[in-house]
Amino acid sequence: MTVAAHERTFEPTAYHIKKSPEGAALDISNFNLWYGKSQALHDINMEIQKGEVTALIGPSGCGKSTLLRCLNRMNDLIDDLRIAGQIKVDGFDIYGPGVDVIALRKRMGMVFQKPNPFAMSIYDNVVYPLRVDGITKKSILDETCERALRSAALWDEAKDRLKESALGMSGGQQQRLCIARGIASDPEVLLMDEPCSALDPIATAKIEELIDQLKGHYTIVIVTHNMQQAARVSDNTGFMYLGRLIEYGDTRTIFTTPKKTQTEDYVSGRFG
Amino acid sequence: MTDYLDPDTPASGAAGAAATVARETVQPRPARGKRVRVLSADLSAVGEPALWAFGGALALGLILIASFLAMVAWNGFTTFWPKPIAQVELRDGTLLAGEPTRANRFRPGEHVLAQLDDDQRAYIEANLGFADRTLFKTANFDLYGDDFRWVADFEMAEITYPMDFHLFERQQWGTFVGRVGGLVIDGEPRDFDYRLMQREQTAARQRFNEIRRIERRDIGALNHYIDRERLAIRRAELRYGEDSERAQALIAEAQANIASYEAQFAELQIRVNEIREHDRRYRVILEEVNGRTVDTELSQIVRFYPANALNWPQAMGIYLSRWWEFVSTEPREANTQGGVLPAIFGTVAMTLLMVVFVAPFGVITALYLREYAKQGRLTSIVRISVNNLAGVPSIVYGVFGLGFFVFVVGGGVDQMFFPESLPNPTFGKGGILWASLTLALLTVPVVIVATEEALSAVPRSMREGSLACGASKWQTIRHVVLPKALPGIMTGMILAMARGAGEVAPLMLVGVVKLAPALPVDGFFPFLHLDRSFMHLGFHIFDVGFQSRNSEAGKPMVFVTTLLLLALIVTMNATAITIRNRLKKKYAGGQF
Repeated sequence: MTVAAHERTFEPTAYHIKKSPEGAALDISNFNLWYGKSQALHDINMEIQKGEVTALIGPSGCGKSTLLRCLNRMNDLIDDLRIAGQIKVDGFDIYGPGVDVIALRKRMGMVFQKPNPFAMSIYDNVVYPLRVDGITKKSILDETCERALRSAALWDEAKDRLKESALGMSGGQQQRLCIARGIASDPEVLLMDEPCSALDPIATAKIEELIDQLKGHYTIVIVTHNMQQAARVSDNTGFMYLGRLIEYGDTRTIFTTPKKTQTEDYVSGRFG
Repeated sequence: MTDYLDPDTPASGAAGAAATVARETVQPRPARGKRVRVLSADLSAVGEPALWAFGGALALGLILIASFLAMVAWNGFTTFWPKPIAQVELRDGTLLAGEPTRANRFRPGEHVLAQLDDDQRAYIEANLGFADRTLFKTANFDLYGDDFRWVADFEMAEITYPMDFHLFERQQWGTFVGRVGGLVIDGEPRDFDYRLMQREQTAARQRFNEIRRIERRDIGALNHYIDRERLAIRRAELRYGEDSERAQALIAEAQANIASYEAQFAELQIRVNEIREHDRRYRVILEEVNGRTVDTELSQIVRFYPANALNWPQAMGIYLSRWWEFVSTEPREANTQGGVLPAIFGTVAMTLLMVVFVAPFGVITALYLREYAKQGRLTSIVRISVNNLAGVPSIVYGVFGLGFFVFVVGGGVDQMFFPESLPNPTFGKGGILWASLTLALLTVPVVIVATEEALSAVPRSMREGSLACGASKWQTIRHVVLPKALPGIMTGMILAMARGAGEVAPLMLVGVVKLAPALPVDGFFPFLHLDRSFMHLGFHIFDVGFQSRNSEAGKPMVFVTTLLLLALIVTMNATAITIRNRLKKKYAGGQF
């Protein structure tokens, strides 16, 4: 059941000039969030390191997905939402006045819990972020498609059926396609919201390996239910509980010698 | 039904036995006898009675629809089949000939009974006072002043089917039933010969069509040009003042053109008269059953056949030629005969035009309501109002269309763009444009509701996926939401189309006419004349069935036209459904 190791084929094309080649650092300070009257996030303070993998763990409803979706302002879609505090991407406050949300989201790829490919061909799915960016030149699109699919370890399976509907793929393939789509426009941050929860162990292993390969080029934030997964793939881990960040630090420390008893109880499986 | 295994049987195994022992300690069971699991449940928990009700309701609906369709199809498909002509000798010695159309029972009045002999009276009394009667299509409206006649059984002395009786369909005055009294070919009287008559009738019809072509196409074009020049004169007067030099020059030019057109017109008129003169030398004398004759040009006979001497292939030929005439020619005889081509054309053109208007309007409205408007009390009110619009009687839309589109908008367009033809309205009267706009208004709620449903069925995860890629809201809607919702939107369009194509009441106010002089499409610039009134199959049914001189004559046409309208709607819907299924297939295959 080993997964074939893929050569790291990622090369930023001349078209994409990134501000920082190793991704961007995220700085969350005193962040609070309310859905209507109920407070979902309490005073979160967290520094996410450039180019590293940061995992958010915690029991259901602890606010880890909410926090993740604040990083690219996906929560804007929800009515009756209120926030306080700051989130800075490379020192730039994303909730500040006059922020171009679309430009922000172009700097961040996102992978969701369930694969959500569009009802288009595989090719069109992958190059979608470029298309909405107004890029129509075929050579760039072709090159990006191949690069993104190779990076997502999907090229060998998909190269002969690029024009077929993406909805005909298996769940694991669809999720890797969504990862390919997430990195196609060469973002600085990759947000992953429980990307493996709908997948079988083989597909999960492939995606974990992928995360390992993408590390260094992107700042990756991954929300996961699976503590083993967090331990395997992340450099840093944050444990959240009831809307608070209980403990945040080096993954090894969190899983071996946590400072808080709550963390210890959770990572050792005593609750949650 | 399902028995629990008896725990004492060896098949249940050791584990089963152990479990049974454990259970026995808690609940001692009767010493011997099987444990039977009771599967019957309370009546309220079982779906059966409801199932019967559902199935019954469905069956009732299906039976109603099937019998309706069967009635329409039977009457529609049999109308054109040639029927035999019966010659009836009445007891008073007179003769009558016609197609037996239908029969029923009736109760003869006292004064009728008094005139009958005893046997007949006894027979009627034995039938509880009822007698049978048959409706004969005697035709020959020009001689009898009526097309149909009821004949009671007790009036008839003898029924025969003479082989020399023919049925003639005439260009004017409808059908004639009788014999051929004689032919006049090129001025020479000749004896009747079926083949000769057939040959000469074909030639005469060609002459008739030639005259019609000259009148319709060539003279029609000249009239159009002359009209255009007259309008040019009027325009020049309006624009430059009646006495200005410029206007005078233009008017002189136009008048010269008119003169040349009129010269051409006179030439054509001479040619038509020549053909007419020639045509008058070919005549047929039709003789009805009692010997009265009608002398008419052979070219007036559209079709004739010996009704009682037809074999099956000949009858089939007549049947098919009548169908072809029905779908490919214009109506005659106040729409009760001939074809419905203008009505087919009008129905299809109006429906397509309606779809062109309603599709963008409905989809854009639904997009705004669902995607952009803040979902609150106001949007709810708008949504409810839109749904309620679907319940407004369609005639109200007709009144609105007449008041707003025809008088206000059409009148305004006339004032602005067609002042030279005033006081004759161009757009300020009913026309296909206003009719399709009115119907678009009528059907827009259907499209809005269906589109909203389709939009809300697009999964949130897809929208989020697109937005997370850095797409704007419009890009998300355009590239992800709309394609996914397209089959649902198409469903709304199909519903709207079916509703619109079958609607009659509002059309009567905004542009449908009994007989349209010209189709909305022709060879004159701008080719598509949206201001023209048009014919419609639905209105045709109403007109033929209830507005014609003789509703009995129109009745078969009602069924045929209904059949055709149904076929047309089915065809249009099937096309739309095929397109929708293609779209669905294109976006199908997801397992999440």
